[in-house]
Amino acid sequence: MLTIGRTWVRDLKFGREWSLRDHILTIEKNGLRTFLLGRDSRIEKLVISLARPGESVRILCVKDVIQPWSKAKGKPAGAGLRQVLSNVTVVTCGKIVGFQEGIIDMSGAGASYSPFAETFNLVLEIGVSKKLTAQEHEECVRESGLAAAEFLGKAVLCQPPDKEESFAPLASPVDPLLPRIAYVYPLLTQGLLHDSYLWGKNARNGLPQYIEPHLLLDGAITSGNCVSACDKNTTWHHQNNPIILELFRRHGRDLNFVGVLLTCEPVRLAQKEEAVAKVIEIAGNLHLQGIILSKEGFGNPDADQMMLIRKFTEMGVKTVAISDEFAGADGCSQSLADTTVEADAIVSVGNANERLLLPPQTVIFGPVSDLSRLAGAYPQSLHADGSLEIELQGIIGATNELGAQTLSCREI
Amino acid sequence: MTMKSPYRIIYCLNQFFGGLGGEDKADHPPCIFDGPKGPAILLQQRFPEVQVVKTVVFGDNYIAGKTDVAVAEVLALLRNSIDFSGADAPHLLLAGPAFLAGRYGIGCAAICKAVQEEFGLPAVTAMHPDNPAVAEYRKEVLIGVADKDVMGMEEGLDRMLALGKKLIHHLPLVPEEDNYILQGRRQNYFTQKSGAERAVEMLLRKIAGLPYRTEYVMPSFDRVPPAAPLSDLSRARIALVTSGGIVPRGNPDRIESASASRFGTYSIKDVAALSSEGYQSIHGGYDPTYANQDPNRVLPLDVIHELLTEKVFGSLHPYYYATVGNATSVARARDFGRDIGQRLVADGVQGVILTST
Repeated sequence: MLTIGRTWVRDLKFGREWSLRDHILTIEKNGLRTFLLGRDSRIEKLVISLARPGESVRILCVKDVIQPWSKAKGKPAGAGLRQVLSNVTVVTCGKIVGFQEGIIDMSGAGASYSPFAETFNLVLEIGVSKKLTAQEHEECVRESGLAAAEFLGKAVLCQPPDKEESFAPLASPVDPLLPRIAYVYPLLTQGLLHDSYLWGKNARNGLPQYIEPHLLLDGAITSGNCVSACDKNTTWHHQNNPIILELFRRHGRDLNFVGVLLTCEPVRLAQKEEAVAKVIEIAGNLHLQGIILSKEGFGNPDADQMMLIRKFTEMGVKTVAISDEFAGADGCSQSLADTTVEADAIVSVGNANERLLLPPQTVIFGPVSDLSRLAGAYPQSLHADGSLEIELQGIIGATNELGAQTLSCREI
Repeated sequence: MTMKSPYRIIYCLNQFFGGLGGEDKADHPPCIFDGPKGPAILLQQRFPEVQVVKTVVFGDNYIAGKTDVAVAEVLALLRNSIDFSGADAPHLLLAGPAFLAGRYGIGCAAICKAVQEEFGLPAVTAMHPDNPAVAEYRKEVLIGVADKDVMGMEEGLDRMLALGKKLIHHLPLVPEEDNYILQGRRQNYFTQKSGAERAVEMLLRKIAGLPYRTEYVMPSFDRVPPAAPLSDLSRARIALVTSGGIVPRGNPDRIESASASRFGTYSIKDVAALSSEGYQSIHGGYDPTYANQDPNRVLPLDVIHELLTEKVFGSLHPYYYATVGNATSVARARDFGRDIGQRLVADGVQGVILTST
């Protein structure tokens, strides 16, 4: 049995010591700085800031977002009490590594598109030695963010949570007439700065595999992706996978959630075919009636998604897939790079090419000089008054393909 | 808008509804009248805020047969009788309803399209969804849904005016409420439920055999028939084109790393191979480390020169064309392809090597 204990804060501030009192979280900045610089000598610059909901703040070149957590010692993964700060995150940002970092606006029109405009964010702007390769740069920022989130969670999550939610093992018997449903969960594993991590190890090896959803809710997956901001599954999204939570919520009532097929999104066609065949093979033993299929990224991963839909449909398993669209700024182009006739049940989480004009924000965190190079921005993106013209693509989590947002798209 | 400044409308009808005659007048060229005629009179009766200032009447056959000529004549008639920038400029053009009448439908839709382009005037028609004009014009012209025949006249008139008012006042169209033919444009909107909730709900309905609606209908992809093979490679002029984002260092044309809005044309005259000092990748979506180390990995100029030395092909086009494929829409990529293709053909190129990332 896994229990997630959630605690909410109503404010976030810096102070002389770590504390979480009366739902006000105090962060001891120097202690955090010493910890982060001490554990990784590759960091040359570290700016620690706070971004609260509604503030006139724009965070640039965001790499990852992580939910702070704490787990009592001695409990195995997927069991026991995992405590989290429900509406607090650690946001890492800094000089661009791979074009596809993104932005978070804490107020104005951009705020309605990102889940992180509603959370209290501890922002780490991390600069590294110029001698590092892009891969080392990415690793340094990724590991620093995770370390900070764990450090923060441990420092303050020592009292009972506001709310507990328990997830019983799937083996408990349910009504045998309920439809057997699995979740097929692809991770972007293309290499070249497009990687995901399972138990801290690059997920390019060892997938596909069946995995208990409890392990995933207990933080098994972390992100190392420089894929487009809008449909990058950040570590926070993996920690709070909305499909897993929704399937658990309806488990035993409307459906029988039989588990998760964790798979990969490789680059080569032969690897894609091999991965799909393996998923189908594992699924064959689960006697499924339906699957939910998510995605990470766009373009190349469209092919993985379509192949899976086709193969599952052929084996008589009903599929619903979640995808975003790239239909052009005018919405008139074809939305996907690959299609298949079997894909007759798609949940669209938005056209990422939509252009937005975001109002100026008073405070900017992160490197402004890199802004126009972000995927979704263009050379004229930043206007003289500080307003920002950008595609939805550039906003972290805007078209999340785990279905975290309420955005959709339709033909008009 | 008060009664003092009503909606000034130009109305378009075929020879039958415009009172010229039946099939015997179907070849009549367009003509223009002051005030309302036929259905336009009915519209004015139903809506006191409407003032039909002119009515254009055209023969069905005439406009369906030589649409370009007929539409140009309609535009000339309007230009000569209406001041589109004056204080009494019209607000809207309405045409039809054309019901299931194919020739009439083409006339209505073609005039709407031309008038909105030429004069910037909002224009609306209405017809049955099976009218052949729908497939051709629905993306460019706002078409209200009308019945099969004249029994649906009043409903069609009401619908056209309601849609016209939306255009005049720049109000958003709502697919479920506005009874018009969808225009193939994807638009974002916020729903009540998250994508995950919608997905689980859709799956349970699909499994139970209940009706559900996909949120994206798969498009049918273009298939491009390959060109015939080159008859003599040893004499052929070959060009290099890439969507892999290889540009001269510094990115002189500032091509975007995603959703490219342009392509670049770069001279490779006297360049035997691409150097990492001179060229770089600006393509998002992949780690450009290896492409930057050796840009020939994406745009193989070095190997091309080897083949040229071996006389495998005749000559190398002295320019290459480059853009970024990452998140670039299909429609835009098609435009780039057409443009580059025309230039290559004009320059006598017979074969192209296309590389991506």
